Amino acid sequence: MGGLLTEAFLSSLFTGAIVAAVPMLLAGLGEQMSEKAGVLNIGIEGMMLMGAYMGFLVAFKTESLWLGFLGGILGGVLVAIVMAVLCVRLGLNQIVIGIGLTLGVEGLTALLHHFQFSRTYPRLPAPERLNIPGLTDLPVIGPSLFGRHLIVYLALIAVAVLAYLYRRTNLGMTLRAAGERPAALDVAGGNVLGIRVFATLFTGGMAGLGGAYLANIGAGLFIPFMTGGAGFIGIVLAMLARGRPLWVLIGSLIFGAALSMTTALQVAGSNIPTDVIQMLPFAAVMLVLVLFGRRAKLPSALGAAYERGAR
Amino acid sequence: MTMQEDINPSAVDTEADASAATSAIAPERSAFQRFLTVTVGPIVAAFLLSAIILMLVGVNPLTYYGYILDRSLFSGLGLEQTATRMAPLLFLVASLIIAFRAGIWNLGTDGQFLLGAVIAAATAPLLVGVLPGWAVLVVGFLLAALVGAIWSIIPALLKAYQGVNEIITTLMMSFLGVLLASTLVKLAFRDPTTTVPQTRTLPVADRLPRLFDTSISSGLIWGLIAVILVHLMMTRTAFGLRLRMVGANPAAATHAGLSVPLLTMATFGLSAGFAGLAGASEILGVAGNVRANWDPAYGLMVIPLVFLARFHGVGAIVLVFFYSALMIGSESAARRLGVPQDFTLVLVASLLICLGLGEYIDQHKRKKER
Repeated sequence: MGGLLTEAFLSSLFTGAIVAAVPMLLAGLGEQMSEKAGVLNIGIEGMMLMGAYMGFLVAFKTESLWLGFLGGILGGVLVAIVMAVLCVRLGLNQIVIGIGLTLGVEGLTALLHHFQFSRTYPRLPAPERLNIPGLTDLPVIGPSLFGRHLIVYLALIAVAVLAYLYRRTNLGMTLRAAGERPAALDVAGGNVLGIRVFATLFTGGMAGLGGAYLANIGAGLFIPFMTGGAGFIGIVLAMLARGRPLWVLIGSLIFGAALSMTTALQVAGSNIPTDVIQMLPFAAVMLVLVLFGRRAKLPSALGAAYERGAR
Repeated sequence: MTMQEDINPSAVDTEADASAATSAIAPERSAFQRFLTVTVGPIVAAFLLSAIILMLVGVNPLTYYGYILDRSLFSGLGLEQTATRMAPLLFLVASLIIAFRAGIWNLGTDGQFLLGAVIAAATAPLLVGVLPGWAVLVVGFLLAALVGAIWSIIPALLKAYQGVNEIITTLMMSFLGVLLASTLVKLAFRDPTTTVPQTRTLPVADRLPRLFDTSISSGLIWGLIAVILVHLMMTRTAFGLRLRMVGANPAAATHAGLSVPLLTMATFGLSAGFAGLAGASEILGVAGNVRANWDPAYGLMVIPLVFLARFHGVGAIVLVFFYSALMIGSESAARRLGVPQDFTLVLVASLLICLGLGEYIDQHKRKKER
């Protein structure tokens, strides 16, 4: 373990942190919107996995990463449509349906992958990187911070855009009203179900994009069950961020760093079993919940379907 | 009311009771029709929906379903395997009935199950010869229940005293538990005499006895007893009523003088304890040891059954029987027909969704009647 602080180790730690953080950031941002609007989206893990599967499939067939990302968004939205119809329009239990969708997508993608690729896991070519002359050439942090795929920077822009949207726009207020006092929004002439459907589909799109990033850029291939709880971590990020996109970004970077310890420690030649290292992000989540759980603020109508005139 | 408005799982239970009362007053729609809408309908619909997916991947659904039936129910050995598989599932059903009736979403049963299994596998083989046979098994089961319960302490404390949503905490602890179990097998409890990372093996003679002349593990009997006891506890005792009150309306329970935090802790402890017992029943009854990275993930799959049975013990037992037949059949189909076992996940998901829809239709029909 003597060479722990070598350039290769630090570089792979930074790079890994960012690559691991982006899917959780996208999922967390998506989940944040539907939680604001009063929908606890447990199905996000399934949306992410569907995004990973469709994102990979499209990128693999068309050999275009951008089409792949579109496919990922589409995959996530498809699952979200089912969620929106069942949980928002029909008002079924969000947790039961959420678990159902996650299990269903896990099975479906594994099944489809099996019949398409059997036991092979074809790889995508390495993605093209944004190259900013000067910055990218900096030692250690250069390649990790400034040499990422364009989508990483788009995700950062999304943080700013969402923060503006929640604070300064009518849409932001409407979203909050749908989560805090849906009846009041209804009386004021707002469309509670409409805004909740919109938020659920947005979550699906973001989670799908996150899944596509995970498969196409993070791993370069699709493996069944590959999201492995990243969507659930997105839920925790959204819960702890108390409605602020910037906090989702900070949280995802912390969890990303915890996740990237796996690869970084392997680069450093450590012989800690991977199981222990894989526990790090979940342990970090629990630690954060123990320390700050009381402060997690959730909208008062979260998880409750809205029906006009009920009670 | 039912699955519609409330995040609270126990709402389904009170609803079932209420609907029984209304159907007695208004006999237009018989209990049988209601049974069709909320039980048989969703099951048939789920099988049809899954059949479409089978056809999409080029498998004849009739061949597939037929093979499963043939393999799991119409062959002697298959039937015995089905009965044996029921044991861990029944303990998990008991675990979930307690939690759901008390309004707690324990989604961490997989972690509790595996840690219970690992501790049983780690201790039982060492105690053989030290203690009499029956005592080895009792110690194994008790330790598994204890470890399962311990693994739920953090989510329980967070829920009871800080109000942190238990859905997330139990899921996180489940991921942690699965990984910890595998680490323990590799590092702490590894059998030094084999090259494969696994725990020591409990000799077949020291496992739970077989029933009569069959290969059915007597874990089945204990699982049945567990579900019945839990059902009676939740429906017929004062303690069960208290737990259900907390589930139905925590504020009202506080006003009635109940200690909601303590009852919440008790719910977590009991529920997770039964999940631990489920793990032990699989190890001490069937497998004999735990291999590294073993994770059957029964926990989440049992949830739809418990919902489908409306948290009723006897109903759940019947469903567990069919579900376990499905598992045994699909495991065999994975080898023979080349359909991965992941297909059961699709079937379970369709079941959950169709179940919700059946509930919705039932609700609407009842509204029209009023």
